[in-house]
Amino acid sequence: MTLSPAEWEAIRLSLLIGFAAVAWILPPGIAVAWWLARYDFKGKAIVDGLIHLPLVLPPVVVGYLLLIALGRQGVIGSWLYSVFGVSLPFTWQGAAVASGVMAFPLLVRALRLSLEAVDPKLEAAASTLGAGRLRVFATITLPLAIPGLLTGTVLAFARALSEFGATITFASNIPGETRTLPLALYTLIQSAGQEGAAARLCLISIVIALMSLIASEWLARRTRLRLQERDG
Amino acid sequence: MSIEIDRVNKRFRDFVAVDDVSLTFREGELTALLGPSGSGKTTLLRIIAGLEQPDTGRIRFHGEDTTDLHVSKRGVGFVFQHYALFKHMTVFQNVAYGLTVRPRATRPTKDEIKQKVMRLLELVQLDWTAHRYPHQLSGGQRQRIALARALAVEPKVLLLDEPFGALDAKVRAELRRWLRRLHDDIHVTSVFVTHDQEEALEVSDRVVVMNKGRVEQDGSPEEVYDHPANPFVYRFLGNVNLFEARVHQGSAHIGGIALPAPEYADQRNEHGHAYVRPHEIEVFARQEHADALPAKVELVSVVGPAVRLELHTDASDALVHAELPKHRYRALGLSQGSDAWIRPLHSRVFLPDERVLNG
Repeated sequence: MTLSPAEWEAIRLSLLIGFAAVAWILPPGIAVAWWLARYDFKGKAIVDGLIHLPLVLPPVVVGYLLLIALGRQGVIGSWLYSVFGVSLPFTWQGAAVASGVMAFPLLVRALRLSLEAVDPKLEAAASTLGAGRLRVFATITLPLAIPGLLTGTVLAFARALSEFGATITFASNIPGETRTLPLALYTLIQSAGQEGAAARLCLISIVIALMSLIASEWLARRTRLRLQERDG
Repeated sequence: MSIEIDRVNKRFRDFVAVDDVSLTFREGELTALLGPSGSGKTTLLRIIAGLEQPDTGRIRFHGEDTTDLHVSKRGVGFVFQHYALFKHMTVFQNVAYGLTVRPRATRPTKDEIKQKVMRLLELVQLDWTAHRYPHQLSGGQRQRIALARALAVEPKVLLLDEPFGALDAKVRAELRRWLRRLHDDIHVTSVFVTHDQEEALEVSDRVVVMNKGRVEQDGSPEEVYDHPANPFVYRFLGNVNLFEARVHQGSAHIGGIALPAPEYADQRNEHGHAYVRPHEIEVFARQEHADALPAKVELVSVVGPAVRLELHTDASDALVHAELPKHRYRALGLSQGSDAWIRPLHSRVFLPDERVLNG
Protein backbone atom coordinates (compact mmCIF):
# COMPACT_ATOMS: atom_id res chain seq x y z
CA MET A 1 0.00 0.00 0.00
CA THR A 2 1.27 3.44 -0.85
CA LEU A 3 0.75 6.26 1.58
CA SER A 4 -0.93 9.53 0.69
CA PRO A 5 0.84 12.85 1.35
CA ALA A 6 -1.58 13.54 4.21
CA GLU A 7 -0.73 10.20 5.79
CA TRP A 8 3.00 10.82 5.41
CA GLU A 9 2.52 14.22 6.99
CA ALA A 10 0.76 12.67 9.99
CA ILE A 11 3.48 10.03 10.40
CA ARG A 12 6.21 12.65 10.10
CA LEU A 13 4.55 14.89 12.69
CA SER A 14 3.89 12.00 15.06
CA LEU A 15 7.51 10.87 14.96
CA LEU A 16 8.82 14.44 15.18
CA ILE A 17 6.63 15.26 18.17
CA GLY A 18 7.36 11.88 19.77
CA PHE A 19 11.11 12.33 19.48
CA ALA A 20 10.98 15.98 20.56
CA ALA A 21 8.84 15.08 23.58
CA VAL A 22 11.24 12.34 24.69
CA ALA A 23 14.25 14.58 24.06
CA TRP A 24 13.01 17.36 26.30
CA ILE A 25 11.82 15.17 29.14
CA LEU A 26 14.96 13.02 29.30
CA PRO A 27 17.21 15.45 31.21
CA PRO A 28 14.63 16.48 33.83
CA GLY A 29 13.33 12.89 33.92
CA ILE A 30 16.77 11.50 34.73
CA ALA A 31 17.35 14.21 37.34
CA VAL A 32 13.99 13.67 39.05
CA ALA A 33 14.30 9.86 38.97
CA TRP A 34 17.75 10.17 40.53
CA TRP A 35 16.47 12.54 43.17
CA LEU A 36 13.60 10.24 44.11
CA ALA A 37 15.77 7.12 44.01
CA ARG A 38 18.63 8.39 46.15
CA TYR A 39 17.31 10.98 48.56
CA ASP A 40 14.74 11.03 51.33
CA PHE A 41 13.22 14.40 52.02
CA LYS A 42 10.11 15.92 53.51
CA GLY A 43 7.23 16.06 51.06
CA LYS A 44 8.63 13.29 48.88
CA ALA A 45 5.16 11.74 48.66
CA ILE A 46 3.76 15.03 47.39
CA VAL A 47 6.44 15.37 44.72
CA ASP A 48 5.84 11.76 43.76
CA GLY A 49 2.11 12.43 43.50
CA LEU A 50 2.56 15.55 41.37
CA ILE A 51 4.78 13.67 38.95
CA HIS A 52 2.23 10.90 38.59
CA LEU A 53 -0.73 13.27 38.18
CA PRO A 54 -0.75 13.11 34.35
CA LEU A 55 -1.27 9.34 34.57
CA VAL A 56 -4.52 9.69 36.48
CA LEU A 57 -5.92 13.07 35.38
CA PRO A 58 -8.08 13.32 32.29
CA PRO A 59 -5.64 14.44 29.55
CA VAL A 60 -7.95 17.33 28.73
CA VAL A 61 -7.31 18.72 32.19
CA VAL A 62 -3.57 18.57 31.64
CA GLY A 63 -3.99 20.31 28.28
CA TYR A 64 -6.12 22.99 29.85
CA LEU A 65 -3.64 23.54 32.71
CA LEU A 66 -0.87 23.86 30.13
CA LEU A 67 -2.93 26.43 28.28
CA ILE A 68 -3.35 28.42 31.49
CA ALA A 69 0.36 28.21 32.31
CA LEU A 70 1.95 28.40 28.89
CA GLY A 71 -0.68 30.23 26.82
CA ARG A 72 0.25 33.70 25.65
CA GLN A 73 -1.66 35.16 28.61
CA GLY A 74 -0.37 32.46 30.94
CA VAL A 75 2.04 32.95 33.82
CA ILE A 76 5.03 31.35 32.10
CA GLY A 77 3.69 31.80 28.57
CA SER A 78 3.51 35.57 28.70
CA TRP A 79 7.09 35.70 29.97
CA LEU A 80 8.26 33.31 27.24
CA TYR A 81 6.55 35.49 24.64
CA SER A 82 7.86 38.83 25.89
CA VAL A 83 11.45 37.63 26.45
CA PHE A 84 11.98 35.09 23.65
CA GLY A 85 9.04 35.80 21.35
CA VAL A 86 8.04 32.16 21.78
CA SER A 87 4.45 31.07 21.77
CA LEU A 88 3.79 27.36 22.31
CA PRO A 89 0.04 26.81 21.83
CA PHE A 90 -1.03 25.72 18.36
CA THR A 91 2.53 24.75 17.34
CA TRP A 92 4.19 21.34 16.96
CA GLN A 93 6.58 22.37 19.75
CA GLY A 94 3.54 22.93 21.94
CA ALA A 95 2.32 19.45 21.02
CA ALA A 96 5.72 18.09 22.04
CA VAL A 97 5.42 19.87 25.38
CA ALA A 98 1.94 18.47 25.98
CA SER A 99 2.80 14.88 25.04
CA GLY A 100 6.07 15.15 26.97
CA VAL A 101 4.20 16.11 30.14
CA MET A 102 1.89 13.14 29.66
CA ALA A 103 4.82 10.77 29.08
CA PHE A 104 6.97 12.11 31.93
CA PRO A 105 5.67 9.83 34.73
CA LEU A 106 6.25 6.69 32.65
CA LEU A 107 9.86 7.65 32.06
CA VAL A 108 10.46 8.56 35.71
CA ARG A 109 8.85 5.38 37.03
CA ALA A 110 10.90 2.99 34.93
CA LEU A 111 14.12 4.88 35.43
CA ARG A 112 13.67 5.27 39.15
CA LEU A 113 13.25 1.53 39.65
CA SER A 114 16.41 0.91 37.70
CA LEU A 115 18.36 3.57 39.59
CA GLU A 116 17.21 2.20 42.94
CA ALA A 117 18.60 -1.17 41.92
CA VAL A 118 22.10 0.27 41.42
CA ASP A 119 24.22 -0.65 44.44
CA PRO A 120 25.28 2.58 46.24
CA LYS A 121 28.52 0.80 47.12
CA LEU A 122 29.53 0.90 43.46
CA GLU A 123 29.06 4.66 43.48
CA ALA A 124 30.98 4.91 46.74
CA ALA A 125 33.78 2.79 45.27
CA ALA A 126 33.97 5.08 42.24
CA SER A 127 34.18 8.18 44.41
CA THR A 128 36.96 6.74 46.56
CA LEU A 129 38.85 6.21 43.30
CA GLY A 130 38.72 9.93 42.63
CA ALA A 131 35.58 10.37 40.52
CA GLY A 132 33.47 13.46 41.27
CA ARG A 133 29.70 13.28 41.63
CA LEU A 134 28.84 13.87 37.97
CA ARG A 135 31.56 11.52 36.84
CA VAL A 136 30.22 8.78 39.09
CA PHE A 137 26.75 9.31 37.70
CA ALA A 138 27.88 9.27 34.09
CA THR A 139 30.27 6.32 34.33
CA ILE A 140 28.67 4.09 36.95
CA THR A 141 25.07 4.90 37.84
CA LEU A 142 23.60 5.66 34.43
CA PRO A 143 25.30 2.80 32.53
CA LEU A 144 24.01 0.37 35.15
CA ALA A 145 20.51 1.83 34.85
CA ILE A 146 20.45 1.54 31.04
CA PRO A 147 17.73 -1.15 30.97
CA GLY A 148 15.39 1.14 32.91
CA LEU A 149 16.38 4.11 30.79
CA LEU A 150 15.57 2.19 27.62
CA THR A 151 12.25 0.88 28.92
CA GLY A 152 11.30 4.30 30.19
CA THR A 153 12.27 6.02 26.96
CA VAL A 154 10.32 3.60 24.79
CA LEU A 155 7.25 3.78 27.03
CA ALA A 156 7.46 7.57 26.99
CA PHE A 157 7.90 7.61 23.22
CA ALA A 158 4.91 5.33 22.71
CA ARG A 159 2.86 7.49 25.09
CA ALA A 160 3.89 10.63 23.23
CA LEU A 161 2.95 9.08 19.86
CA SER A 162 -0.49 8.13 21.05
CA GLU A 163 -1.16 11.28 23.07
CA PHE A 164 -4.46 12.84 22.11
CA GLY A 165 -6.36 14.78 24.74
CA ALA A 166 -3.71 17.11 26.09
CA THR A 167 -2.33 17.73 22.62
CA ILE A 168 -5.65 18.66 21.02
CA THR A 169 -6.52 20.91 23.97
CA PHE A 170 -3.20 22.70 24.13
CA ALA A 171 -1.92 22.58 20.53
CA SER A 172 -5.18 22.07 18.64
CA ASN A 173 -5.60 19.98 15.49
CA ILE A 174 -3.81 21.89 12.75
CA PRO A 175 -2.94 19.96 9.56
CA GLY A 176 0.80 19.98 8.92
CA GLU A 177 1.52 21.47 12.36
CA THR A 178 -0.09 19.46 15.16
CA ARG A 179 -2.23 16.87 13.38
CA THR A 180 -0.47 13.69 14.47
CA LEU A 181 -1.71 10.16 13.71
CA PRO A 182 -4.30 9.99 16.49
CA LEU A 183 -5.59 13.46 15.67
CA ALA A 184 -5.75 12.65 11.95
CA LEU A 185 -7.60 9.44 12.78
CA TYR A 186 -10.03 11.36 14.99
CA THR A 187 -10.64 13.85 12.17
CA LEU A 188 -11.38 11.03 9.72
CA ILE A 189 -13.78 9.38 12.12
CA GLN A 190 -15.64 12.66 12.53
CA SER A 191 -16.31 12.93 8.77
CA ALA A 192 -18.64 10.56 6.89
CA GLY A 193 -17.41 7.97 4.39
CA GLN A 194 -13.81 7.88 5.53
CA GLU A 195 -13.84 4.43 7.11
CA GLY A 196 -11.25 3.07 4.67
CA ALA A 197 -8.81 5.92 5.32
CA ALA A 198 -9.36 5.56 9.08
CA ALA A 199 -8.57 1.86 8.90
CA ARG A 200 -5.32 2.62 7.07
CA LEU A 201 -4.26 5.04 9.80
CA CYS A 202 -5.16 2.45 12.40
CA LEU A 203 -2.90 -0.04 10.69
CA ILE A 204 -0.06 2.48 10.45
CA SER A 205 -0.36 3.24 14.17
CA ILE A 206 -0.22 -0.43 15.04
CA VAL A 207 2.86 -1.00 12.85
CA ILE A 208 4.75 1.92 14.38
CA ALA A 209 3.87 0.85 17.93
CA LEU A 210 4.94 -2.73 17.27
CA MET A 211 8.21 -1.64 15.70
CA SER A 212 9.15 0.49 18.68
CA LEU A 213 8.27 -2.31 21.10
CA ILE A 214 10.36 -4.84 19.20
CA ALA A 215 13.28 -2.42 18.96
CA SER A 216 13.18 -1.73 22.69
CA GLU A 217 12.91 -5.40 23.56
CA TRP A 218 15.97 -6.15 21.43
CA LEU A 219 17.98 -3.31 22.95
CA ALA A 220 16.94 -4.22 26.48
CA ARG A 221 17.89 -7.85 26.00
CA ARG A 222 21.30 -6.89 24.67
CA THR A 223 22.10 -4.58 27.58
CA ARG A 224 20.65 -6.96 30.13
CA LEU A 225 22.88 -9.74 28.89
CA ARG A 226 25.85 -7.47 29.26
CA LEU A 227 24.90 -6.35 32.76
CA GLN A 228 23.81 -9.70 34.07
CA GLU A 229 25.74 -10.76 37.10
CA ARG A 230 25.88 -14.26 38.40
CA ASP A 231 26.39 -14.43 42.10
CA GLY A 232 28.60 -16.87 43.88
CA MET B 1 50.95 8.44 56.03
CA SER B 2 49.58 8.42 59.58
CA ILE B 3 45.87 8.82 60.32
CA GLU B 4 44.66 10.74 63.32
CA ILE B 5 41.11 10.47 64.59
CA ASP B 6 40.37 13.26 67.00
CA ARG B 7 37.29 13.00 69.23
CA VAL B 8 34.97 11.77 66.50
CA ASN B 9 31.24 11.36 67.16
CA LYS B 10 28.56 10.06 64.85
CA ARG B 11 24.93 9.20 65.46
CA PHE B 12 22.22 7.92 63.16
CA ARG B 13 19.06 9.34 64.70
CA ASP B 14 19.00 7.81 68.19
CA PHE B 15 21.73 5.28 67.54
CA VAL B 16 25.21 6.31 68.67
CA ALA B 17 27.51 4.70 66.10
CA VAL B 18 30.80 6.31 67.12
CA ASP B 19 31.13 7.71 70.62
CA ASP B 20 33.98 10.16 71.16
CA VAL B 21 36.72 8.08 69.57
CA SER B 22 40.32 9.27 69.39
CA LEU B 23 42.93 7.05 67.75
CA THR B 24 46.15 7.35 65.80
CA PHE B 25 47.16 4.89 63.10
CA ARG B 26 50.89 5.01 62.58
CA GLU B 27 52.61 5.20 59.23
CA GLY B 28 52.95 1.84 57.50
CA GLU B 29 51.02 -0.08 60.14
CA LEU B 30 48.33 -2.66 59.45
CA THR B 31 45.61 -2.20 62.05
CA ALA B 32 42.53 -4.31 62.65
CA LEU B 33 39.35 -2.62 63.89
CA LEU B 34 37.74 -5.51 65.69
CA GLY B 35 34.27 -5.61 67.16
CA PRO B 36 30.81 -7.14 66.98
CA SER B 37 28.27 -5.81 64.49
CA GLY B 38 26.94 -2.44 65.57
CA SER B 39 30.16 -1.57 67.38
CA GLY B 40 30.80 1.35 65.05
CA LYS B 41 33.90 -0.05 63.39
CA THR B 42 32.59 0.21 59.84
CA THR B 43 31.18 3.68 60.45
CA LEU B 44 34.57 4.78 61.73
CA LEU B 45 36.24 3.36 58.62
CA ARG B 46 33.74 5.15 56.37
CA ILE B 47 34.38 8.39 58.24
CA ILE B 48 38.13 8.02 57.65
CA ALA B 49 37.40 7.47 53.95
CA GLY B 50 35.02 10.42 53.74
CA LEU B 51 32.03 8.23 52.87
CA GLU B 52 30.38 9.50 56.07
CA GLN B 53 30.73 12.85 57.78
CA PRO B 54 31.35 12.88 61.54
CA ASP B 55 28.91 14.96 63.62
CA THR B 56 31.85 16.36 65.55
CA GLY B 57 35.57 15.71 65.60
CA ARG B 58 38.35 15.87 63.04
CA ILE B 59 40.23 13.46 60.79
CA ARG B 60 43.84 14.22 59.88
CA PHE B 61 46.11 12.49 57.39
CA HIS B 62 49.72 13.12 58.32
CA GLY B 63 48.71 16.16 60.31
CA GLU B 64 46.62 17.62 57.50
CA ASP B 65 42.93 18.10 58.28
CA THR B 66 40.87 16.15 55.73
CA THR B 67 37.52 16.23 57.54
CA ASP B 68 35.90 18.52 55.00
CA LEU B 69 37.62 17.05 51.97
CA HIS B 70 35.31 15.18 49.58
CA VAL B 71 35.91 11.44 49.39
CA SER B 72 37.16 11.72 45.82
CA LYS B 73 39.95 14.07 46.93
CA ARG B 74 41.21 12.14 49.96
CA GLY B 75 43.40 9.64 48.19
CA VAL B 76 42.18 6.60 50.07
CA GLY B 77 41.92 3.10 48.72
CA PHE B 78 38.72 1.45 49.91
CA VAL B 79 37.92 -2.24 49.61
CA PHE B 80 34.32 -3.27 50.25
CA GLN B 81 33.07 -6.49 51.76
CA HIS B 82 31.17 -7.49 48.65
CA TYR B 83 33.93 -6.33 46.32
CA ALA B 84 31.83 -3.58 44.66
CA LEU B 85 33.38 -4.27 41.28
CA PHE B 86 31.85 -2.37 38.37
CA LYS B 87 29.97 -5.17 36.70
CA HIS B 88 29.57 -3.36 33.38
CA MET B 89 33.34 -3.07 32.99
CA THR B 90 36.04 -5.66 32.38
CA VAL B 91 38.62 -6.44 35.03
CA PHE B 92 41.07 -4.21 33.17
CA GLN B 93 38.61 -1.30 33.07
CA ASN B 94 37.85 -1.76 36.76
CA VAL B 95 41.48 -1.51 37.78
CA ALA B 96 42.11 1.35 35.35
CA TYR B 97 39.07 3.32 36.55
CA GLY B 98 40.85 5.47 39.14
CA LEU B 99 43.44 6.48 36.56
CA THR B 100 41.03 7.21 33.72
CA VAL B 101 38.86 9.56 35.81
CA ARG B 102 41.79 11.81 36.67
CA PRO B 103 41.73 15.32 35.24
CA ARG B 104 43.61 15.52 31.95
CA ALA B 105 46.60 17.29 33.48
CA THR B 106 47.49 14.42 35.81
CA ARG B 107 46.08 11.54 33.80
CA PRO B 108 48.68 9.03 32.60
CA THR B 109 48.76 8.17 28.90
CA LYS B 110 46.92 5.13 27.62
CA ASP B 111 50.15 3.13 27.46
CA GLU B 112 51.14 4.09 30.98
CA ILE B 113 47.73 3.11 32.28
CA LYS B 114 47.96 -0.19 30.48
CA GLN B 115 51.38 -0.96 31.92
CA LYS B 116 50.35 0.00 35.42
CA VAL B 117 47.14 -2.02 35.34
CA MET B 118 48.92 -5.08 34.03
CA ARG B 119 51.59 -4.70 36.71
CA LEU B 120 48.91 -4.59 39.41
CA LEU B 121 47.10 -7.57 37.94
CA GLU B 122 50.38 -9.48 38.08
CA LEU B 123 50.82 -8.40 41.68
CA VAL B 124 47.47 -9.98 42.56
CA GLN B 125 48.28 -12.91 40.27
CA LEU B 126 45.30 -12.37 38.01
CA ASP B 127 46.81 -10.87 34.84
CA TRP B 128 45.07 -13.54 32.79
CA THR B 129 41.64 -12.17 33.76
CA ALA B 130 42.14 -8.68 32.26
CA HIS B 131 39.43 -9.04 29.63
CA ARG B 132 36.90 -10.93 31.69
CA TYR B 133 33.91 -9.47 33.47
CA PRO B 134 33.63 -9.62 37.27
CA HIS B 135 30.83 -12.20 37.15
CA GLN B 136 33.22 -14.64 35.51
CA LEU B 137 35.50 -14.64 38.56
CA SER B 138 35.30 -16.41 41.91
CA GLY B 139 34.80 -14.48 45.16
CA GLY B 140 38.45 -14.63 46.13
CA GLN B 141 39.52 -13.45 42.68
CA ARG B 142 37.04 -10.59 42.76
CA GLN B 143 38.36 -9.42 46.09
CA ARG B 144 41.92 -9.43 44.76
CA ILE B 145 40.77 -7.37 41.77
CA ALA B 146 39.04 -4.95 44.16
CA LEU B 147 42.35 -4.61 45.99
CA ALA B 148 44.27 -4.04 42.75
CA ARG B 149 41.73 -1.38 41.79
CA ALA B 150 42.18 0.39 45.12
CA LEU B 151 45.97 0.23 44.83
CA ALA B 152 45.99 1.63 41.28
CA VAL B 153 45.48 5.18 42.53
CA GLU B 154 48.47 4.82 44.86
CA PRO B 155 46.39 5.59 47.95
CA LYS B 156 47.93 7.24 50.96
CA VAL B 157 45.94 4.88 53.15
CA LEU B 158 44.24 1.60 52.41
CA LEU B 159 40.90 0.91 54.12
CA LEU B 160 39.29 -2.51 53.99
CA ASP B 161 35.75 -3.17 55.19
CA GLU B 162 35.40 -6.84 56.21
CA PRO B 163 37.43 -7.72 53.15
CA PHE B 164 37.18 -11.48 53.58
CA GLY B 165 33.73 -11.64 55.17
CA ALA B 166 31.95 -12.98 52.12
CA LEU B 167 34.43 -15.77 51.35
CA ASP B 168 34.48 -19.36 52.49
CA ALA B 169 36.86 -20.41 55.28
CA LYS B 170 39.68 -21.81 53.19
CA VAL B 171 39.85 -18.92 50.72
CA ARG B 172 39.59 -16.51 53.63
CA ALA B 173 42.60 -18.00 55.39
CA GLU B 174 44.65 -17.96 52.18
CA LEU B 175 43.70 -14.44 51.29
CA ARG B 176 44.49 -12.96 54.69
CA ARG B 177 47.97 -14.46 54.69
CA TRP B 178 48.38 -13.08 51.22
CA LEU B 179 47.24 -9.63 52.41
CA ARG B 180 49.79 -9.79 55.22
CA ARG B 181 52.61 -10.53 52.76
CA LEU B 182 51.37 -7.86 50.37
CA HIS B 183 51.36 -5.33 53.17
CA ASP B 184 54.92 -6.29 54.08
CA ASP B 185 55.86 -5.52 50.47
CA ILE B 186 54.09 -2.22 49.91
CA HIS B 187 53.84 -0.84 53.45
CA VAL B 188 50.91 1.48 52.96
CA THR B 189 49.13 2.50 56.17
CA SER B 190 46.17 0.12 56.29
CA VAL B 191 43.11 -0.27 58.45
CA PHE B 192 40.79 -3.21 58.10
CA VAL B 193 37.49 -3.90 59.79
CA THR B 194 36.62 -7.38 60.96
CA HIS B 195 34.44 -9.17 63.47
CA ASP B 196 36.65 -12.26 63.31
CA GLN B 197 39.14 -12.22 66.19
CA GLU B 198 41.33 -14.88 64.64
CA GLU B 199 41.66 -12.81 61.50
CA ALA B 200 42.52 -9.69 63.49
CA LEU B 201 45.13 -11.49 65.60
CA GLU B 202 46.73 -13.23 62.65
CA VAL B 203 46.98 -10.43 60.12
CA SER B 204 47.51 -7.18 61.96
CA ASP B 205 50.33 -5.29 63.66
CA ARG B 206 47.83 -3.79 65.98
CA VAL B 207 44.29 -4.48 67.13
CA VAL B 208 41.73 -1.91 68.17
CA VAL B 209 38.78 -3.57 69.90
CA MET B 210 35.53 -1.64 69.62
CA ASN B 211 32.18 -2.02 71.32
CA LYS B 212 29.11 0.23 71.30
CA GLY B 213 30.93 2.99 69.46
CA ARG B 214 33.85 3.11 71.88
CA VAL B 215 37.38 1.79 71.90
CA GLU B 216 37.69 -0.96 74.51
CA GLN B 217 41.36 -1.70 73.98
CA ASP B 218 44.14 -0.75 71.63
CA GLY B 219 47.36 -2.72 71.44
CA SER B 220 49.43 -5.41 69.74
CA PRO B 221 47.62 -8.70 69.02
CA GLU B 222 49.57 -10.35 71.81
CA GLU B 223 48.81 -7.64 74.36
CA VAL B 224 45.14 -7.68 73.54
CA TYR B 225 44.89 -11.46 73.69
CA ASP B 226 47.05 -12.04 76.75
CA HIS B 227 46.06 -8.98 78.74
CA PRO B 228 42.49 -8.05 77.92
CA ALA B 229 41.64 -4.72 79.46
CA ASN B 230 38.13 -5.67 80.52
CA PRO B 231 35.57 -8.47 80.50
CA PHE B 232 34.23 -7.45 77.10
CA VAL B 233 37.61 -7.86 75.41
CA TYR B 234 38.18 -11.11 77.28
CA ARG B 235 34.93 -12.51 76.03
CA PHE B 236 35.24 -11.19 72.52
CA LEU B 237 38.73 -12.58 71.91
CA GLY B 238 38.04 -16.26 72.02
CA ASN B 239 36.13 -18.57 74.34
CA VAL B 240 36.33 -17.95 78.01
CA ASN B 241 35.01 -19.51 81.22
CA LEU B 242 33.53 -17.37 83.89
CA PHE B 243 33.67 -18.26 87.58
CA GLU B 244 31.93 -16.46 90.40
CA ALA B 245 34.69 -15.42 92.80
CA ARG B 246 35.10 -13.87 96.22
CA VAL B 247 37.99 -11.44 96.07
CA HIS B 248 39.83 -11.08 99.34
CA GLN B 249 43.28 -9.61 100.02
CA GLY B 250 44.96 -10.51 96.76
CA SER B 251 43.23 -13.85 96.14
CA ALA B 252 40.13 -14.91 94.25
CA HIS B 253 38.27 -17.75 95.91
CA ILE B 254 36.36 -20.06 93.60
CA GLY B 255 34.57 -22.96 95.20
CA GLY B 256 37.15 -24.39 97.56
CA ILE B 257 40.26 -23.04 95.87
CA ALA B 258 42.13 -19.75 95.81
CA LEU B 259 43.69 -18.14 92.74
CA PRO B 260 46.23 -15.33 92.96
CA ALA B 261 44.82 -11.87 92.17
CA PRO B 262 47.59 -9.58 93.39
CA GLU B 263 46.06 -6.47 91.82
CA TYR B 264 43.29 -6.69 94.43
CA ALA B 265 45.45 -6.76 97.54
CA ASP B 266 43.26 -4.14 99.24
CA GLN B 267 39.87 -5.67 98.49
CA ARG B 268 38.02 -7.45 101.23
CA ASN B 269 35.28 -10.00 100.56
CA GLU B 270 34.20 -8.43 97.33
CA HIS B 271 32.22 -10.23 94.71
CA GLY B 272 33.97 -10.59 91.32
CA HIS B 273 34.37 -12.76 88.24
CA ALA B 274 37.38 -14.85 87.30
CA TYR B 275 37.98 -15.37 83.57
CA VAL B 276 39.84 -18.46 82.43
CA ARG B 277 40.48 -19.54 78.83
CA PRO B 278 39.67 -23.19 77.94
CA HIS B 279 43.31 -24.06 77.21
CA GLU B 280 44.29 -22.64 80.60
CA ILE B 281 42.29 -25.22 82.46
CA GLU B 282 44.16 -28.32 83.51
CA VAL B 283 42.11 -31.53 83.73
CA PHE B 284 42.89 -34.49 86.00
CA ALA B 285 41.29 -37.87 86.39
CA ARG B 286 42.18 -38.04 90.10
CA GLN B 287 42.59 -35.41 92.74
CA GLU B 288 46.31 -34.79 92.23
CA HIS B 289 46.22 -31.22 93.46
CA ALA B 290 44.78 -29.77 96.57
CA ASP B 291 43.57 -26.72 94.64
CA ALA B 292 41.52 -28.51 92.00
CA LEU B 293 37.74 -28.39 91.69
CA PRO B 294 35.65 -31.56 91.45
CA ALA B 295 33.78 -31.79 88.17
CA LYS B 296 31.94 -34.18 85.91
CA VAL B 297 32.55 -34.65 82.19
CA GLU B 298 29.32 -33.82 80.36
CA LEU B 299 30.45 -33.75 76.75
CA VAL B 300 33.56 -34.74 74.82
CA SER B 301 34.19 -33.44 71.30
CA VAL B 302 37.27 -34.25 69.31
CA VAL B 303 38.22 -31.41 66.98
CA GLY B 304 41.17 -32.48 64.88
CA PRO B 305 44.24 -32.68 67.11
CA ALA B 306 42.45 -31.19 70.14
CA VAL B 307 39.76 -32.42 72.50
CA ARG B 308 37.17 -30.11 73.96
CA LEU B 309 35.50 -31.06 77.20
CA GLU B 310 32.43 -29.58 78.75
CA LEU B 311 32.40 -30.11 82.48
CA HIS B 312 29.95 -29.42 85.21
CA THR B 313 31.23 -28.00 88.46
CA ASP B 314 29.49 -26.40 91.41
CA ALA B 315 31.82 -23.40 91.17
CA SER B 316 30.31 -22.18 87.90
CA ASP B 317 26.72 -21.69 86.76
CA ALA B 318 27.56 -22.52 83.19
CA LEU B 319 29.39 -25.59 81.90
CA VAL B 320 33.15 -25.17 82.01
CA HIS B 321 34.96 -25.58 78.69
CA ALA B 322 38.42 -27.09 78.71
CA GLU B 323 40.65 -27.79 75.76
CA LEU B 324 43.57 -30.22 75.75
CA PRO B 325 45.73 -32.09 73.25
CA LYS B 326 44.43 -35.46 72.16
CA HIS B 327 47.36 -37.45 73.59
CA ARG B 328 46.85 -35.82 76.99
CA TYR B 329 43.15 -36.65 76.87
CA ARG B 330 43.94 -40.29 76.01
CA ALA B 331 46.43 -40.55 78.89
CA LEU B 332 43.74 -39.36 81.31
CA GLY B 333 41.39 -42.13 80.31
CA LEU B 334 38.31 -39.93 80.77
CA SER B 335 35.02 -40.38 78.98
CA GLN B 336 31.57 -38.87 79.01
CA GLY B 337 30.10 -39.12 82.51
CA SER B 338 33.46 -39.58 84.30
CA ASP B 339 34.35 -37.68 87.42
CA ALA B 340 37.29 -35.33 86.97
CA TRP B 341 39.19 -32.50 88.65
CA ILE B 342 39.92 -29.16 87.05
CA ARG B 343 42.45 -26.51 87.94
CA PRO B 344 42.68 -23.02 86.39
CA LEU B 345 46.31 -22.33 85.50
CA HIS B 346 45.85 -18.68 84.86
CA SER B 347 42.97 -16.35 85.47
CA ARG B 348 42.09 -12.72 85.31
CA VAL B 349 39.69 -11.32 87.89
CA PHE B 350 37.38 -8.38 87.28
CA LEU B 351 35.12 -6.71 89.80
CA PRO B 352 31.63 -5.83 88.50
CA ASP B 353 32.26 -2.09 88.74
CA GLU B 354 35.79 -2.33 87.33
CA ARG B 355 35.05 -0.23 84.29
CA VAL B 356 33.64 2.55 86.36
CA LEU B 357 36.71 2.49 88.62
CA ASN B 358 39.12 2.49 85.68
CA GLY B 359 37.20 5.01 83.62
